[in-house]
This record gives sequence, structure tokens and C-alpha cells, in this order.
Amino acid sequence: MIGMLYARMRRFMRRILTRPRIDLPLAAGLLMLATVGLVTLYSAGGGDLRLVGGQAARFVLGAALLLLISRIPPTVLRSWTPWLYAGSTALLVVVAILGEGRGADRWLDLGFMRFQPSELLKLTMPMMAAWYLHPRQLPPSWKDMAVVGLLIAVPAGLIAKQPDLGTALLVAGAGGFALFLSGVAWWRIGLLVGIAASMVPVGWHFMHQYQRDRVLTLLNPEADPLGNGWHIIQSQIAVGSGGIFGKGWLHGTQSRLDFLPEHTTDFIFAVFSEEFGLVGVVALLALYAFIIGRCLWIAMEARDTYSRLLAGAIAMSFFVYVFVNGGMIAGMLPVVGVPLPFVSYGGTSAVSLLSGFGVLMSIHANRKMHD
Amino acid sequence: MKKRRALKDPRGEAALFQRRSLVGFALIVLGLIALSGRFFYLQVMRHDEFVTRSENNRVKPKVIPPARGLIYDRNGVLLADNVPAFRLEVVPEQVPDMSAMLAQIGAVVPLDPDDVADFRKRLKQSRRFESVPLKMHLSEDDIARFAINRWRFPGVDVVPYLTRHYPYGQLFAHVIGYVGRIDADDLKRLNPDRYQGTSHVGRSGIERSYEDMLHGTPGYELVEVNADGRTQRVLETHAPVPGKNLYLSIDVRIQKATMAAFDGRAGSAVAIDPRNGQVLAMVSVPSFDPNLFVNGISSADYKALTTAPDKPLYNRALRGVYPPGSTVKPFLALGGLAYGIRKPQDTVLSTGEFCLPGASRCYRDDKRGGDGVVDMVKAIEKSTNTYFYKLALDLGIDRLSEWMGRFGFGRKTGIDLEGEENGILPSREWKMEHSRQPWYPGETIIAGIGQGYWAVTPLQLAHAVSILAGKGIPRAPKLVMATQDGVDAPKLPVPNPPTGPSLVSDPAHLDVIKQGMEAVVASGTGAKQFIGFPLVVAGKSGTAERFSRTTSAYDTNKNTAYLAARHRAWFEAFAPADDPKIAVVAMLEAGAWGAEAAGPIVRTVMETWLATPEGASARPPPAPAVPADGPVAAGRGATQ
Repeated sequence: MIGMLYARMRRFMRRILTRPRIDLPLAAGLLMLATVGLVTLYSAGGGDLRLVGGQAARFVLGAALLLLISRIPPTVLRSWTPWLYAGSTALLVVVAILGEGRGADRWLDLGFMRFQPSELLKLTMPMMAAWYLHPRQLPPSWKDMAVVGLLIAVPAGLIAKQPDLGTALLVAGAGGFALFLSGVAWWRIGLLVGIAASMVPVGWHFMHQYQRDRVLTLLNPEADPLGNGWHIIQSQIAVGSGGIFGKGWLHGTQSRLDFLPEHTTDFIFAVFSEEFGLVGVVALLALYAFIIGRCLWIAMEARDTYSRLLAGAIAMSFFVYVFVNGGMIAGMLPVVGVPLPFVSYGGTSAVSLLSGFGVLMSIHANRKMHD
Repeated sequence: MKKRRALKDPRGEAALFQRRSLVGFALIVLGLIALSGRFFYLQVMRHDEFVTRSENNRVKPKVIPPARGLIYDRNGVLLADNVPAFRLEVVPEQVPDMSAMLAQIGAVVPLDPDDVADFRKRLKQSRRFESVPLKMHLSEDDIARFAINRWRFPGVDVVPYLTRHYPYGQLFAHVIGYVGRIDADDLKRLNPDRYQGTSHVGRSGIERSYEDMLHGTPGYELVEVNADGRTQRVLETHAPVPGKNLYLSIDVRIQKATMAAFDGRAGSAVAIDPRNGQVLAMVSVPSFDPNLFVNGISSADYKALTTAPDKPLYNRALRGVYPPGSTVKPFLALGGLAYGIRKPQDTVLSTGEFCLPGASRCYRDDKRGGDGVVDMVKAIEKSTNTYFYKLALDLGIDRLSEWMGRFGFGRKTGIDLEGEENGILPSREWKMEHSRQPWYPGETIIAGIGQGYWAVTPLQLAHAVSILAGKGIPRAPKLVMATQDGVDAPKLPVPNPPTGPSLVSDPAHLDVIKQGMEAVVASGTGAKQFIGFPLVVAGKSGTAERFSRTTSAYDTNKNTAYLAARHRAWFEAFAPADDPKIAVVAMLEAGAWGAEAAGPIVRTVMETWLATPEGASARPPPAPAVPADGPVAAGRGATQ
């Protein structure tokens, strides 16, 4: 009995460790992005090498996770999916109970480290949506759509209640993209979007005052330039003063002199824009576009529905990060705590993103064979 | 596309997915292009605007207040200094909650309720980005404690500054005055550009009247600040121009000796060099410590000063008005000669009483029985009232007040200090203006001995004496003799030209008056006070009555304390008599007799002056034939 289990483990491990699984263009894109991130972080952090070192360590950990996950075949991932989804959602419930009455508590303390269970959902959510849609007739029926909607609504609702609207949006988006890619008819999409739009006043009613302030501030940041408007104004000053070619690396005054808040985390894109200008911004966005495009390419090449939907959803939610963060620092979108992938300094974001790319690598390795 | 399919169609699904992916990618690219468009709008279209705002964020002009000019005595002894100190300043716009900050910071740096009240007042007057001082003159403990807690108080900082210090304390309080914190009224009056960053302004004395010179011109620096407003580095500096240094003509040694001579008794003394009007000493007793006012006087200290019975804040030299008594007699005698009403040898019989024809009330001499037959010199020496009653009557009030007015009585002397009193020169016009009454001849009589309506300040009398001593040439008293642009710059003398031609048409007239005043010191009322003094001194005492007489009877009470309570004691003098270099007036608010009480003060002033280089030049060359104990004075006395 034990011998049999041991033999199975060995077989599994050998499979994981022997097959080459890496898509080189995607890996190169990610490496470039990580380099840009570290270089920008060095400037934003005022030349603090410990900050850069810590971030690099996270990248290494993330890369290791990426390699590990890339060797897990999508079929295995698919078989684990319901458990992973249920587990991560359960953790959200635990956080909700533990964090009761303590304001915004998103963290789970494991003793040796703290992590946000909501971060897990960024991956398990599209996995679950893909898992559910995988055996179904596509495009999905109203019933299937409703089920996926429910699967999305439970964790997204829990996260929104933490309250972490930014992550809730990303998680819901990831599930929604799976639905979109599964081929839901355009008119149904239109109908849903219309209903969602009509629900905005209701949502407004349930929002926290600070969340409403963020939206109102976006419309007129100068109304409270030293309070709510400070982030938006200072961020736009940083971006705008960068001009076409930027002030040069390490020469961004807005961040160096602390006018720009949270300039190593959520607002690091403003530092990048200030120092590298429009040329840098367009180049960086192009790099993101390349990575997203490559991911969608991998998705199209994928072997089955599960892999396709998962890869596509991960790729498209990656775009949401970039768009929401960029829109925020450019004063197009309200201030939401969404980091710029691989550039913002921070905890679990880099690790969870790289895990997602690990899944993509695995899907790539198990693509359709054109023979 | 069919609504429903029975079986999964992998190929169809893949194609559907591919289409969706392409649409999705197209949407993503569109989104990224929209984002780039927004960046283009900010970074290209509105670039200039944001560059300006970023520069305004970063670079702030910071005023560098000029260092206030220093004040020295005539020999370069420092009388008003700038010493480094630290104060707590608050930039209102960087304080999230002002009340909470004030409540919490009290535990770190102890604050008086006065400090907080003052701060709140200033807060209302200042702009949000300008720093407002919260507490001046921090102790080292305060600074250390704040340094540890600084992170708790954004917008609050310890700022070094120069504070005024008067090393001689009360000795010069009534001359140099003091500086005080700028208040709301000052802000209205002062040029805001020149006073940016300056916390203090001259409040009284030289500090006030020479404010314009002492203040200097502020400079500025462009500094790079961070979001908390803390300076990161200096980009450009435009140095301020410090205020001019002032050299007073006062000699600190004379000033000190003069102050000491009063021994705390209320009064005033002024010494002037008659050759140029320079004030050598100016004292008002009692005095106060001007340092108390510099960083805001505590209400307890202020109350103590204002309620003290002998009013230490009151500048008697400048603002105290007293009847001059007999000190006016030499001037009046000179008037008699100038108008040709008296010749020096004209005599008057003093019987002890002088009555107007037909009037019941008579005017008395100081001495029962009178001084007998006196000429002008004798009348000055003995201070014979009857002689001056008659002289005043013969002059008439109009000529009397016209003549005395030339010596500066009844108006400001024009000294370089603010706040002088006019005093009262008795005249028909003055009386009509003030009491709507005609002038009575009896009033002319008492005006002849410096009583009645007369009121003069010690400075006014010193001014008049210095004109007399200075060959009749009128000249305003002056405290500042030189200015200097910086410590190493040359001293620029401040000229003090005469205000008109000599008041004396015939120098012989002046000699008669001098002769009388020399006699006062040699053998007259002031003889005892100048025994052994090496120079020939010309002087005149004055014992003015504080209260008007109710009877013409002699007061037989000779008790000194009793008389002191009723009399003002004056002594005026100049020396050397034949070439005067110093003129002194001393006044005691409560002195029994002018010469006895005020004479020694004048002598002390002159002795101290003799010990200085200027005074030493006036000392007669030692003649071997002359005995040591003041032969000159004694010799002159013998000629009388």
C-alpha cells in the first residue's frame, strides 16, 4: 500500500521535473518586465537596495513556483480545481470571521508569514469558471451562465466586503473573462452590461464613504487638493512633468521629495512616467501588450476548453491590472489598490502573478500538436 | 449559429474561442491605446503646466531676515547685541489638526498660556504656508525633547534665529530702548517685503527711532523642499544686507557712574557736549531690564513694572516735566542783557519780600531779610528772587517767553528719540489756549523764578544749558554719532549742524552770566559740592516747589525729609567754564535743596568724564606753583 503510493509519487515527481515546459518569448517578456520593475523600484525607493533585494527575492520565489507549476499538466490542474477553489473561498470566510470588527482585514497570519487569501482567488477563480464550462456545451446556456455567475459572486462578494474593491474587481473580472471567451452571445453580454449599469446607483448606496469620495475626487480633484485630491493631483503632476522623454532615471522630483504618495507600490507607474516620459510609457505598455498577446496565443494553441478558457482569462485579467493601475495614476479612474504587475513593490502580488504564468507555461507545454 | 447543440463541438468551440480571443486582444490594444492617449494628453499637451506645478512643489523661496545692526557706545563697547537662540515654528498648512497638535506638544515643550494665545492670534493674521513662531527662546532641554518627538508633529520645527540682547540691562533701557515681537498693528505699518521673516521691531528708544537703519534688507534663498516642507538643499542664495551698526555718543563709563550716583533715587540726568550736541550720558532712574521685553514679557513681570510706585518704565529725561525753579535765572539774566533792560552793574535791593504796587500778596526771597544790594553776578550767585522778580516784570511775559523759547523751552529739543514731551513755556498765548484766561502780572513774577506754569524736561534743560555753554549756538541733542555698514566698514560720522545762528549778540553778555554761574560753584549755593574739583565749573542750582504756596509766610521747617517731599532738586552746570566741553543737568524728584541733592550727581558725572580721554584733554596742565586741592575754583571764588 505504502509502496504503491510511493511509486505513484515518484512517477509524478519525475514527470514534473523532466519535461521542458518553457515558452521562451513569454519568459523573455516577463524577464524584461521584472528588470524594468527592479530598475524603477531602485529609483522610487530612493536607492534603497534592501527594497530592491527583497523584490528580487520575491521574483526568484515566484519563478521557482512558475517552474514547478509549469510541470503540472493542465489535466491534473483541472482535477484539483474544485478543491483549490473551495479551499481558497473557505479561507476568505475564515478571514471574514477573524477580521470581524477590525476594519479592513485581508490578511491571514500563518505564523511564519502573512498572506491575503483573496490573492489566491485571482488564480482559482478563472480555474473554477473554466472547470465548470469545460464539459458544457458552448456557448453556455443561461443556466450555466447563472452558475458561473454564482461561483464568481460568492468570493467576489466576500472580498468586496473586506473591503477590497480593487481585488474583488480583478477576481470577478477573471471569472467574467472566462465567460466572455466561452462565447456568450454579444446580445447577452450587452444585456448584462446594461443591467450592471442600471445597478450602479444601488452599488453607490452600498459603497463606503471613502470609496464614494475616491470617485467624487476623480471628478474634481482640486476641490480638496491637500486631502482626497492629493494622490490624484500629485500623480498627474508627476506624469505630466515627465514630458516626452522624462526627467531621467533617479531624477524624478515628485517621488524623491515625497510629494508622490505610495511611490514604491500603487503609484510606482507615476515614478516611471516622470523619469522615462511618454516614450518610456508607450514602450512599457507595448511590453505589456506583447505579454498579453503571447498569452492569448498560448490560449488559442491550447489543447482543451479548460486550458483555453483559463489561459485566456489569465491573460485578460493581466490587462485589467495594467489598465486600472495606469488609469488611476493618469487620473482616468478612481484610486483603487491595484498594483502595476511586476513593477509595484509588494507582497504576494508578484508571487501569485508568476504562479498564473506557471499555469500558462504548463498549458503551453501541453498544447495541441500540429503535425 | 444554432441556439442549442446536442453534442460538444471541439472544432467549433476552438474557432469560437479564437474569434473571441482576437476580439478581446483588439479591445485590449484599444484600451492600451486609450491609456497612451491619456498619457499623451498629460505629458505633451499639458506638459508645461505640470512642469510649473512640479517646480512650484519643489522649489520654495525662503526669506533670510537681515541681522539687526549692533549698537555701541562712543568707544566701541557693545550695548545691543544679537545672540543665537532657537524657537519653535509651525507651518499651519502642514498641521493636520492644530488643536490636537497644540494639546500634545505641550507635553514635549512646555508652553505658557500666553504663548498659545499669542500663537493663535498670529495664526489668524498669517498665511497658511508661512511659518508662525509658537515659542521663542527654547532651552536646550526643549530642543532635545522636541528632536526626539519631531516625527509626531509634521509642520513643526525648531528654527535658529538671532535674538536681541542688552548686556548692560537697565543701564541703557531709557536710551536704547528695546525690540519687541511684531504684532498686528506693526504689520499694518511696516513694509511687508522688508519685514518678511523678521520677528522683532524696535519698540522704544534708539531701537525705535533708528529702526529703518538698524533693520537692514532681507535676502532670500531658493530651497528644494519635500512634501513636508522640510528643506532638502539650497539652490540659490541672495544674501541679506544687515542693518547698520550705530555708535552712540554716550560713554558707558559716564552712564554707569551717573546711574550709580542716583543710588536708586528717582530722577534724571543728562550730559551733553556743548561743542556738538552729542549726548554723553542720559539717565532716568529707576530703570528696568529691557531684555524682559525682547521675547515677550510675562504678564507678572509687566504688572510689576507698571504698578511700581516710582514708575521704572517712565522715561523721566524725555517725558518727565517739572518746574525748573531757579535754573532758569541765568537764561533770564542773559535776556535782560540782550534786550538792554539790565546792565551787569545794575543793582537791586533785596529785603526778603517783593510786592507789586497795590497788591496785597507779596513774593519772597529764599532768605529771610534778603540778600541786600545785589548786582547781576551776585543775584545769580545768591539766587536772589527779588532781582529776577523785577527783571521778569521789566521784560514782560511776552519778551520773557520769546527769549526763553529760543533756548528750546516749551518745545521738543529734536533729539534722535521719539516720545519727547513739549513741557510748558509760560506765555499769554499758552495760557489763553489752555485756560481761556488773560495773563496776570503776578504770573510774570513767578515765571521769573521758574515757578508757576513752567514745566521742563531734564533733557530740555540740558539742551538749554548746552546752548548757553556752547556760545549760544543752538543745536539739537544727538545720541548717534556715527554709523557703520558692517563690522569692518569705516565709521561714518553723523553730522549735527547748528539749527541757527548764535542766540548771543554780544559775547560779553555771556561772560557776565558765566561769572555768576562760576560764583555759584565757587562761593554760592553750590560751593560745597565742588570743593577740590580740578576744573572751573559754572553752575546753578534749582529748588522747585512741587505744590503751589498757599501763604507767603516763611516755612520754618528745615527737616530735609520734609523738604525733599515738597521739592524738586535741580543742578545745571558746564565745564571748563572758559571753554565748555561738557554740560550736565541732574534732577531729583524728591530733593530738599538743588545744590546739595543734585550737585553731587553733576560732580560725579564730570569727574567720570574727566577720567575719559575726552575729559582728560580738558584738564588744566599741571602748574607747579599751584597747590593740589582745587586751586582754580578756590581762586575764582576769591575774586567774587
